[in-house]
Amino acid sequence: MDSEDETLYDEVDSGNESSGDEVDFPMEVEGNNPRERQSEDDYPFEVLSTEEIVQHMVDSIKEVNMVVEIPATTTRILLNHFRWDKEKLMERFYDGDQEQLFAEARVINPFNRNSQVINRPKPNRRQSTSGTEECEICFTVLPNSLLTGLECGHRFCMGCWCEYLTTKIMEEGVGQTIACAAHGCDILVDDASVMRLVKDSKVKLKYQHLITNSFVECNRLLRWCPSPDCNNAVRVHYVDARAVQCKCQHVFCFQCGESWHDPVKCHLLRHWIKKCDDDSETSNWIAANTKVSQYNCNRYDEEEAKVARGAQEKSRAALQRYLFYCNRYMNHMQSLKFEHKLYASVKEKMEEMQQHNMSWIEVQFLKKAVDILCQCRQTLMYTYVFAYYLRKNNQSVLFEDNQKDLESATEKLSEYLEREITSENLADIKQKVQDKYRYCESRRKVLLEHVHEGYEKDWWDYNETDSKPNAMARLPVIEHPARPNNN
Amino acid sequence: MQSLKAGHLDASRWERRLQKELMSLMKEPPPGVEVDGDQAEQNLSLWTVHMKGAEGTLYEGESFQLQFKFSPKYPFDSPEVTFIGSNIPVHPHVYSNGHICLSILTDDWSPALSVQSVCLSIVSMLSSCKEKKRPPDNSFYVKTCNKNPKKTKWWYHDDSV
Repeated sequence: MDSEDETLYDEVDSGNESSGDEVDFPMEVEGNNPRERQSEDDYPFEVLSTEEIVQHMVDSIKEVNMVVEIPATTTRILLNHFRWDKEKLMERFYDGDQEQLFAEARVINPFNRNSQVINRPKPNRRQSTSGTEECEICFTVLPNSLLTGLECGHRFCMGCWCEYLTTKIMEEGVGQTIACAAHGCDILVDDASVMRLVKDSKVKLKYQHLITNSFVECNRLLRWCPSPDCNNAVRVHYVDARAVQCKCQHVFCFQCGESWHDPVKCHLLRHWIKKCDDDSETSNWIAANTKVSQYNCNRYDEEEAKVARGAQEKSRAALQRYLFYCNRYMNHMQSLKFEHKLYASVKEKMEEMQQHNMSWIEVQFLKKAVDILCQCRQTLMYTYVFAYYLRKNNQSVLFEDNQKDLESATEKLSEYLEREITSENLADIKQKVQDKYRYCESRRKVLLEHVHEGYEKDWWDYNETDSKPNAMARLPVIEHPARPNNN
Repeated sequence: MQSLKAGHLDASRWERRLQKELMSLMKEPPPGVEVDGDQAEQNLSLWTVHMKGAEGTLYEGESFQLQFKFSPKYPFDSPEVTFIGSNIPVHPHVYSNGHICLSILTDDWSPALSVQSVCLSIVSMLSSCKEKKRPPDNSFYVKTCNKNPKKTKWWYHDDSV
């Protein structure tokens, strides 16, 4: 890796896969794998602010309108119908069945408006000869000019339109799919009409949020940053399970939106999260009850009891196995939650050390150590999910060794960071911490690269359909104390 | 209107709309439908409508009572409509507590609909019934539902009855 790459690397992707100081890395081999660089650098993405999202939306509409000459508001609705897939829209637009296309997208065909309005059942107009009309919502007779409607021809007074749209937007949270106010009419209200008819700026703002949100939600190349209170979205060129980092620093998987979860794949993580949610009560119960229950076999037929016990043991073993991985996963997650505390305490230490005649640059190793500690915890956390589903083979044994190594190195690093630093032991501690974090970092790389290699070479077998351990009916009576079936 | 909370007709327009609906329903009621005008005059937000089972249908000779409740957001918000009284029609879309499973009362409501159009829909719903029976999930629903039928997330499984 040359130094130019290092800089780029650091800017694009800090905080998950690696760090920038491999230059002075004592062990050279691992830092040089071209595959990892590729997985990091060759996935271009952009972080967009809310304004930029809106601009992107406008640009997409313009781009289509250059080819398809229909009103921009209609284009918007069509694009939304195709989940902002321009190619798909174009394809359908030119495949001949435009009438059906417009009906599906719930807009009036802009090319034959007049004929279509005539074809539609004429709304029950309460029109008089004197240039006045009765609004069918508030039953007020008003001059024609005060009534308005969409291309479908259903007209209501401006006041009622405003109330109708306001109710939809504010009460029901509908933006993209507000239909005409007439009964049974599914023609959609376009954004320009909403902005024209709604007067309250609060309502307009909410509407814009709803529209922007539906733009991001249904556009496969965009994803909101999942971090709370962050209003940015990430834009990619193709969807993949890759790490992206928002301007708010949050690193997440573009494909599933979870925190970056290398080495485990999205579908297993999803399965795992669901399992944890479903089983949390069961595991609590087990934790509380496994050691105390007694099993009275006198009451059962012996053969039956044997079978029952066999099933019970199996079920219990599955549970123990799950709890084993779950506990380790949870522990790292818990530690990561205290990340900000650790940063604060390290910052304090760094300031103190600077008062002991150390330069700013000389104390940066502490922050670096915390960065690496957090990365290692994050990786370890997801290795337990991976390991839970992993079926045993030669490679999985190697993986577990790597995991064990990284686990103990990470705990060591964590210990070092908790030690008291005095001016006497400072030099010594610095050396130890630096050695340790470099070691952690290298172990982490080795582990990840091994798993990635396994993905490429198809080493990993999964047991996804594990028997669910929450068969409560069989669990309340347990004969033997807990016996985990692994480690 | 300018001084009003968003999503409401102002009181006078709300009143005018309901007054006009009431007058037209009293003057030209759909066949078999009769609104209790006195009660409605006293409290515009709570109406009782008497409904007769149409001739030649399974409900011929029966009479029912419908209750309409109007929120201040009517007609942008749909009215709450239930059967009340001693005779609740036995119908696959009417629960024994009077709740009605009819899409225009929730999802398909439009402010351009009215009491009259709701009454007509209910009459036609009853008239097209081929077998008098309760919805299959009646007892479970009645035990567990909210008092307000609008709080129910209805599943409109069948438009033919």
